[in-house]
Amino acid sequence: MKVYPESAGARAPAGFLTKPFRSRELQGHAVTIQVAPDDCTGCGVCVEVCPARSKEEVKHKALDMAPAQARRQHERANFEFFLQIPELDRTLLEDSTVKAAQTREPLFEFSGACAGCGETPYLKLLSQLFGDRLLVANATGCSSIFGGNLPTTPWGTDAEGRGPAWANSLFEDNAEFGLGFRVALERQQEEARRLLLALAERLGDTLVRQILAERGQGEAAIAAQRARIRRLRSALAQIPGPEARRLESLAEDLVRKSVWIVGGDGWAYDIGSAGLDHVLASGRNVNVLVLDTQVYSNTGGQASKATPRAAVAKFAASGKAVGRKDLGLLASAYGHVYVAQVALGANDAHTLKALREADAWAGPSLVIAYSTCIAHGFDMSQSMAHQRDVVRSGFWPLWRYHPGSDPHQHPFQLDSREASISLHEFFASETRFAMLERSDPARAARLAALAQADASERWRHYSALAGIERSVPSAETPAMGSEPGSGQNPVPED
Amino acid sequence: MQTLGSRYLGFELRTPFVASSSPLTGTLDGLRQLEDAGVSAVVLPSLFEEELVRDALALHEVLEEGSESFAEARTYLPEPAHYASALDKLLELVAAAKDALAIPVMASLNGTSRGGWTSIARAIETAGADALELNLYRVAADPSHHAAELEQRSLELIAAVRAEVAIPLSVKLSPFFTALADFACCAVKVGAEGLVLFNRFYQPDFDLETLEIVPTLTLSEPEELRLPLRWIALLSGRVKASLAASTGIHSARDALKALLAGADATMMASALLKRGPELLREMEQQMMRWLEEHEYQSVEQLKGSASQRASPDPEAFERAQYLRTLRSYAKG
Repeated sequence: MKVYPESAGARAPAGFLTKPFRSRELQGHAVTIQVAPDDCTGCGVCVEVCPARSKEEVKHKALDMAPAQARRQHERANFEFFLQIPELDRTLLEDSTVKAAQTREPLFEFSGACAGCGETPYLKLLSQLFGDRLLVANATGCSSIFGGNLPTTPWGTDAEGRGPAWANSLFEDNAEFGLGFRVALERQQEEARRLLLALAERLGDTLVRQILAERGQGEAAIAAQRARIRRLRSALAQIPGPEARRLESLAEDLVRKSVWIVGGDGWAYDIGSAGLDHVLASGRNVNVLVLDTQVYSNTGGQASKATPRAAVAKFAASGKAVGRKDLGLLASAYGHVYVAQVALGANDAHTLKALREADAWAGPSLVIAYSTCIAHGFDMSQSMAHQRDVVRSGFWPLWRYHPGSDPHQHPFQLDSREASISLHEFFASETRFAMLERSDPARAARLAALAQADASERWRHYSALAGIERSVPSAETPAMGSEPGSGQNPVPED
Repeated sequence: MQTLGSRYLGFELRTPFVASSSPLTGTLDGLRQLEDAGVSAVVLPSLFEEELVRDALALHEVLEEGSESFAEARTYLPEPAHYASALDKLLELVAAAKDALAIPVMASLNGTSRGGWTSIARAIETAGADALELNLYRVAADPSHHAAELEQRSLELIAAVRAEVAIPLSVKLSPFFTALADFACCAVKVGAEGLVLFNRFYQPDFDLETLEIVPTLTLSEPEELRLPLRWIALLSGRVKASLAASTGIHSARDALKALLAGADATMMASALLKRGPELLREMEQQMMRWLEEHEYQSVEQLKGSASQRASPDPEAFERAQYLRTLRSYAKG
């Protein structure tokens, strides 16, 4: 999707679809959603999730699935034109709304994931929000396979050749690997600041002071810092000596970065869990995104500690007898960890808010993202729409734990409503639950009753937590990152 | 002492109360509760034609899903050692119900095409069902299909099932026939020993926000009894088959009306779902009291005593009543 000044569409090929972009902040712009005809996997999710329908014929939705062959040449021409339309200036719209966030250029696209994969939309959104400032440490699993199926990669670059930094280490050490990103970044920033001060007389006090004082979070603040770095580079070019050369190589690190440690539940709940705990306990400014499919997806659907009670998975062929680990609650017990449990298809605005808050929180953050998977056994064209039932059944409550220093604040916020459909109804829609009813009805009924009890009890517990006041005493706030924008006593946005 | 016994499909029922297909008859616990509360026979939940077709494809599709997607795994769910189809589940329930209950256990098939029904009917008989109810649920939406053709197909289906099983066979009908009386007679001629009047069609509704069609399931209300009441009264004594009233029986008074019209059995689902099996005890006592107060010796004596053939006002069941009703409203 691109939003662009109406004039940019003047030379569009015939049949290039466009409509006015409705926005109070941005007048005179048009919007186009264009299919990439050679890369679309045909998952059908966009068709299902788009709510717009024809006024004359309800079955005719805004997006149509049509045989690719007949449209390919025509759409290739459209896509070529679409690609050369300049991206919208990121400072024109703040990305606090889903609509605005979707105007940002995705720097994650055309992965080799399964059609309808529930993990990839989160990564696309991360890339839109944090762009080339994003650093990703990726655990081994689906996301490392579709994220790095070399020699190609879905992690892209913008028109200036900048993009997210991405690397995959191992399965078991990813949290530590990502923490290393942060530690290295802080060391580089520290060195850059030292050099700035050392060269301050020759660079100009005002510029140095402005660069060092930068604390802003928004796109405008980042753009302003980038403009200062450009001025810094020009100034450094005139200064001889090793210190100036070294500062030139570190200058970009003075722009705020967003470090994300990404992996699946097999990594976060099982194999990398000790490392993850260690990293959360460190108090360092890292963000963790768990793409929770509730099984080891990449290796064919083996049960993990995220697998829910009553679900059938490999190694739990007769239905998992015990409930899943509540990783979010464990992390929130620390008090200084920002935690959110999200489901993009159920509430996209909530997911957006959680990712932005996690980034803004100067300590560790953990976002657990419900990710649909072919191992769940349902029609993957419903991958996003299906998540509404996941939340409505109480199976996956949406919540955030937002630490802060106010002693009267309620850090735990329950963001979804109490169940409005039974868990049984949701279970019936997925083979991983429904197949047990056929193979062992008595056990299926017993486990389903226990799972329903789990959900009810979890809701009761969360409701009680939402009423509890708790603060992070300033004196005990762990050592936070020292880069611009991460103070000693973090006060998050909102 | 009045007797409530009634003969239906050749069974001597202790009372005319029969539990028709519902979630209550879908579990052994539910069936036991119904028998304990005094029900005289039960109809198990219907096996749908579509369920059988879907069953054959669903597991295969799911187990195959994604097998070509990702290089590292070929399957994503364990293959179950045992996978019970909808038919397997029904056969298990039939056998378990026969073991656990002393009352007649009837199975129900819901469909419109001949397909594999005949072999399935035999399997149900082998599993021990005492009778079979064939539920002809058809929405004749295709304008190119003639009424006579559709009716002929339904009759062929009844005949085919009849030829396969020796147990009593009843046919549950919808009220949407041009000549219901004729079709009822034809159904009996090809082998139906009982007619159940009527099937309830669950009508779809629209969701004004999503513009999607949403299925609605509303339980029956006592007012809905009037349609089966009229047709049982019209058919009673005219067809050589047992008649069961279904839809709208919520109290002993409703059941008494159905018996007066000529029903041999009064079937209930909605009322039992709303008020629980305990309702049956209450209804039995109330029916007994009514018979006593009105000096009837038995349900058999009552049955059909106000059918159209026995009624002093036979026109009341036909077109004349329509005019009379409209005029009486205008006067009121």
